[in-house]
Amino acid sequence: MDISLFERMSDFAWRINPSGNMRVPAIIYASEDLIRDMDDKVREQIMNVATLPGIVDAAYAMPDAHWGYGFPIGGVAAFDADDGGVISAGGVGFDISCGVRNLHTGLTLADLLLLRKELADAPYTTIPAGLGSTGRVHLNKKQMNAMLEGGARWAVEQGYGTTGDLAHIEEHGCISGADPTQVSERAKKRQQDEMGTLGSGNHYVEVQHVDEIFDVSAATTFGLHTGDLIVSIHCGSRGLGHQIGTEFLRRMAIDAASYKLRLPDRELACAPILSPTGKDYLGAMRSAINCALANRQIITHLVREVFARLFPDNRLNLIYDVSHNTCKVEEHVVAGQRRRLFVHRKGATRAFGPGHSAIPEAYRAVGQPVLIGGTMGTASYMLVGTEQSGYLSFGSACHGAGRAMSRRQANKQWQGRQVIDQLAAGGIIVCSPSTRGVAEEAPGAYKDVSAVVDATADAGLARKVARLRPLICIKG
Amino acid sequence: MSDRYWEHFHHEADIGVRGVGPTVADAFGEVALTAVITDPATVVGRATIAIRCEAPDPELLLVDWLNALVFEMTTRKMLFSRFSVSITGQQLHGTATGETIDIARHEPAVEVKGATLTELKVFKDNHGLWHAQCVVDV
Repeated sequence: MDISLFERMSDFAWRINPSGNMRVPAIIYASEDLIRDMDDKVREQIMNVATLPGIVDAAYAMPDAHWGYGFPIGGVAAFDADDGGVISAGGVGFDISCGVRNLHTGLTLADLLLLRKELADAPYTTIPAGLGSTGRVHLNKKQMNAMLEGGARWAVEQGYGTTGDLAHIEEHGCISGADPTQVSERAKKRQQDEMGTLGSGNHYVEVQHVDEIFDVSAATTFGLHTGDLIVSIHCGSRGLGHQIGTEFLRRMAIDAASYKLRLPDRELACAPILSPTGKDYLGAMRSAINCALANRQIITHLVREVFARLFPDNRLNLIYDVSHNTCKVEEHVVAGQRRRLFVHRKGATRAFGPGHSAIPEAYRAVGQPVLIGGTMGTASYMLVGTEQSGYLSFGSACHGAGRAMSRRQANKQWQGRQVIDQLAAGGIIVCSPSTRGVAEEAPGAYKDVSAVVDATADAGLARKVARLRPLICIKG
Repeated sequence: MSDRYWEHFHHEADIGVRGVGPTVADAFGEVALTAVITDPATVVGRATIAIRCEAPDPELLLVDWLNALVFEMTTRKMLFSRFSVSITGQQLHGTATGETIDIARHEPAVEVKGATLTELKVFKDNHGLWHAQCVVDV
């Protein structure tokens, strides 16, 4: 993008002042290099978000922002229901509550070297991944509704994991306000065989090692040491969330006229939070959040089963689970006033600073763990929320590397087999049912995750804690 | 160039699908959606399913048609390589022909989550051909 179109607030914050129908400014956090490389559509989309009714303070985009649908991916916006604020299905995304969960294996790099091949093969054959795969958990109607109301708590009650896990999951594993009656039969049908499945695209289960510690105090609090082995799970609410997103995007597009919403583009389809459509979406979306939390809990159980076979004396402890496609009710101080807001994060991670009551007690003194998924060939990061992120971005940070190239371009540029061989030569085992899928996910198709994370840290949105390098990557 | 074809168009994170044909129904009936997932030539026509949609305008009808295909693909675990579509007013009657997913043979690259309203257009070009397009989330 042309940086002359922005007011430079600092080296890492770029502002677009309100013009036309914009109700608030739009602010993009990024380094100059990152913003120059961003698609013009990011600017267009974040400016469109700034026109929506009831938006508070500013529309924000994170350093990994890229062209999405309606909202840019990496977009953050908060709305006040009492001020005519809206909720947007496109502002949450189809993969509702997609997120990252990190588990500490209690092992080190040296342990892996003995059983590396087995540790790659076993999860690949145990965790259903990719289109056409089926989970081993099949839910009837009653069980489905219980899962949608109970989230990871429900999963633990069914024997997937322990109650100790729940303390280290956002919302303690279960968001309140889920209303399974607002989830269509089609959405439930799409999910009935998909519990405990990974999905495809950029979703993964990775074995990673802690490669570098940047903040010893926070790393110690999270239990991280150089050389430790971590399992990272990236997936979401599967077919149920996709179907809810599909149905409400359509309904909001049709209902917009009756709510007298004048939208700059149909893709921004939304509904007043307090309208029947808005309330119904909230109930359905929260059900999908619980579905994602239950799904990651079941996958955690499957991962633990694999490790128990190979390392019988080991326990995998849940470090943290955080979603990056949500709309949540939170309290934030805006212009000196504490307000109850509906914060949309689409491809953005909640990043609350020290002392926040939503943070697990064990981490509260240092801040919320912020889990950033990288590519299968580069690195992932663990960050920690800062106090200033509260007023900079409603307590939000980036969520990943962000795509730099379309899937089509990537597929033309790389061959999957070649990518797998190159990564293997570098010590990274990739297991995937699709070589084309691997080509589309080639590390070179993404932005430099380290540059994204550095910009996030330099902007003050979160602080770097540790870098994790991939060793084994299971792709859908 | 043939008067019936499909293509993908650029979107940074997801994929744009476009069908082109002499009629709206022809444009809807192209295989751009399947090509997001696998090579349509590898999908054998073993079974046919019927699909019905209704929407207030042609754009939302396209979204509904694509989403109906996504639903059938995921719940039946099928891929489709041949479509027939007829549109009367706000109603679409279609069929999709294909087979059960064979992961080893089809090597599905991604699953389509749903059709979005982004770049959603159904229009007639200067040569009289209809284009039906939108971005699908993968």
